[in-house]
Amino acid sequence: MSDAFEVLRAATRARVALGRAGDGLPTDRLLEFRAAHAAARDAVHTPLDVDAVVAELGETGLDVLTVTSAAPDRATYLQRPDLGRQLAPGTSLPAGEHDLALVVADGLSPLAVAEHAAGTVAAVLERLAGWSVAPLVVATQARVAIGDQIGEALGARIVVVLIGERPGLSSADSLGLYLTWGPRTGRADSERNCISNVRPPHGLGYAQAAETLAGLLLASRELGASGVVLKDEGTALPPGAG
Amino acid sequence: MTARRATVAGHTYEFPTLVEVMAKATPARSGDVLASCAATSEAERVAAQTVLADLPLTTFLDEQVVGYDEDDVTRLVLDTLDADALAPVRALTVGGFREWLLARAALGDEPAISGLAKGLTPEMVAAVSKLMRNADLVAVGRRTRVITGLRSTIGLPGRLASRLQPNHPTDDPVGVTASLLDGLLHGSGDAVIGINPATDSPAQTIALLELIDAVISRYEIPTQSCVLAHVTTTLRALEKGAPVDLVFQSVAGTQGGNEGFGVTLDLLTEARDAALALNRGTVGRNVTYFETGQGSALSAGAHLGVGGRPVDQQTLECRAYGVARHYDPLLVNTVVGFIGPEYLYDAKQVIRAGLEDHFCGKLLGLPMGVDVCYTNHTDVDPDDTDTLTLLLGAAGCSFVIAVPGSDDVMLHYQSLSFQDVLTTRQVLGLRPAPEFEAWLQRMDLVDHTGRVRELTADAPQARALLAAAR
Repeated sequence: MSDAFEVLRAATRARVALGRAGDGLPTDRLLEFRAAHAAARDAVHTPLDVDAVVAELGETGLDVLTVTSAAPDRATYLQRPDLGRQLAPGTSLPAGEHDLALVVADGLSPLAVAEHAAGTVAAVLERLAGWSVAPLVVATQARVAIGDQIGEALGARIVVVLIGERPGLSSADSLGLYLTWGPRTGRADSERNCISNVRPPHGLGYAQAAETLAGLLLASRELGASGVVLKDEGTALPPGAG
Repeated sequence: MTARRATVAGHTYEFPTLVEVMAKATPARSGDVLASCAATSEAERVAAQTVLADLPLTTFLDEQVVGYDEDDVTRLVLDTLDADALAPVRALTVGGFREWLLARAALGDEPAISGLAKGLTPEMVAAVSKLMRNADLVAVGRRTRVITGLRSTIGLPGRLASRLQPNHPTDDPVGVTASLLDGLLHGSGDAVIGINPATDSPAQTIALLELIDAVISRYEIPTQSCVLAHVTTTLRALEKGAPVDLVFQSVAGTQGGNEGFGVTLDLLTEARDAALALNRGTVGRNVTYFETGQGSALSAGAHLGVGGRPVDQQTLECRAYGVARHYDPLLVNTVVGFIGPEYLYDAKQVIRAGLEDHFCGKLLGLPMGVDVCYTNHTDVDPDDTDTLTLLLGAAGCSFVIAVPGSDDVMLHYQSLSFQDVLTTRQVLGLRPAPEFEAWLQRMDLVDHTGRVRELTADAPQARALLAAAR
């Protein structure tokens, strides 16, 4: 073994054995940290290119609608999660009868949506032959629970919200999928199922995520419920998901 | 009760209840806006502070913010209050109390300030803090002495301890050990070596406790371990004979908030008694550890007070200290930037809250530390955590939390680094807990001036410690 500190570094992703400059950090370690933090901050604050996402989603052949939450800007969105859970006043969506609605929401990482939403949606739709799917909805300044109002308005039995998760230092582009049976305003987080960390190649791939989601959708349709009743599939919500 | 009013800039503001006076007198923060209890203008805020300054301290004995009959935290506080301890300031108004504290702090009269703790209610302390500037919070905080101990002594003058937090996303023992040793090599861990487990189960808790205990025993380190599992999990581990130094629990300032955490006051008593029975201390018998944070009651929907009115998050935070002090804790810390921008939006709010929490906890008799931290969706960066940490060092904060390179790879937030602790100690002339400092000397990890050495990997001291990684 050449260097005992290499043993520490090999044992964990934590930033161990960084060295020191006096009592502070060496310059290269300082800049590495800043780069990771900058990527996470930019992921939170760079707005979603809605037109680009709509164009990509349009390739599924489904209509694509766009909505905004009741939070008018990013600063308000970050301070008022309640507004991010509601549609902007006056929003109207075409009522219908559908097995499923898919909502693509920017959440805390528009970057994750730009990178992974269209690929995930395509992989999910491939696995749902025979399901009637509502027009796709792209929602900005949105939290998970906005899907309840959207799914209810569209007349969907189940809603799945694909949303950018709170960026970590090493994962700025993580997409989360939240399934809710019988969407309506006021559903609790315990009534949802979550698949987290969709971000190939480092996290879950599209096919793998879509496979798990399709299994949950079938089970949910059969049970007429979602959330803790499907708990074997892993329902824990990550912190800050609401 | 007649409405209280004050005039600022030609406009008279009226506050129907004590709950509203407290909320609207609070320095601005997003969580109070979210709860719909914040002042709607700066002038209204100053008007509320003006009203608050003139209230007798005894107002808080006669009038509740959260009802006595509805809430066991209120009952715990009022039923255990020591009237004699309050006597020196009992006749003062809130504004007069601020001046009394500043005068005693300027004289360095630590016994006078520290002796009040058992006579003060959380609401009295919250109230006076709302009138204080940041420098007031620092000046009085540094003269409020709270000393606790188990195998190291926390809170002595001129000391800054640290919790070494070697978290790992899968609780992998090798990964945990790597972070743990990295921290020890940097002189961290004198407050506690404390892990947030990825999985909250008795088996996992026992495995992690045994891992830390083995390192502590092998190197005879005068510190304590903690796995921050739910208190019921720790109780199960205790029943199975695990080496539990400290029982941990997150607590809130209302009965409903604590129910949200799945705890009752009786459960905390049971856990403390079980840990005390193990008799694992050498320099003291403080065996509990609590974490708190502004916004926890609101996030549980348990933030309403008298008349169903929303109580501001800083007052509720102080009430959590009213819970914690009942259990003679070794350590209490606020996790000040963790909860997100909907409660504390930016660096100004986080810095203010960190100083408030430290001051209020200390004045209520707690061994108060701070997890100086932030998430990536809050407008805070390491420049801001430097500012808060140096201010807390000046304020005599008991301990801070440190993780490798500021990056907690399990909880996905940023806290301080081991280097940040070294810098703060060096800049302010602060030292580790005395027992731990002596251990650092025995291990030759510090030089003759007490400075933690910069070791190469093949240095004998590093090799001795890193042997535990194999």
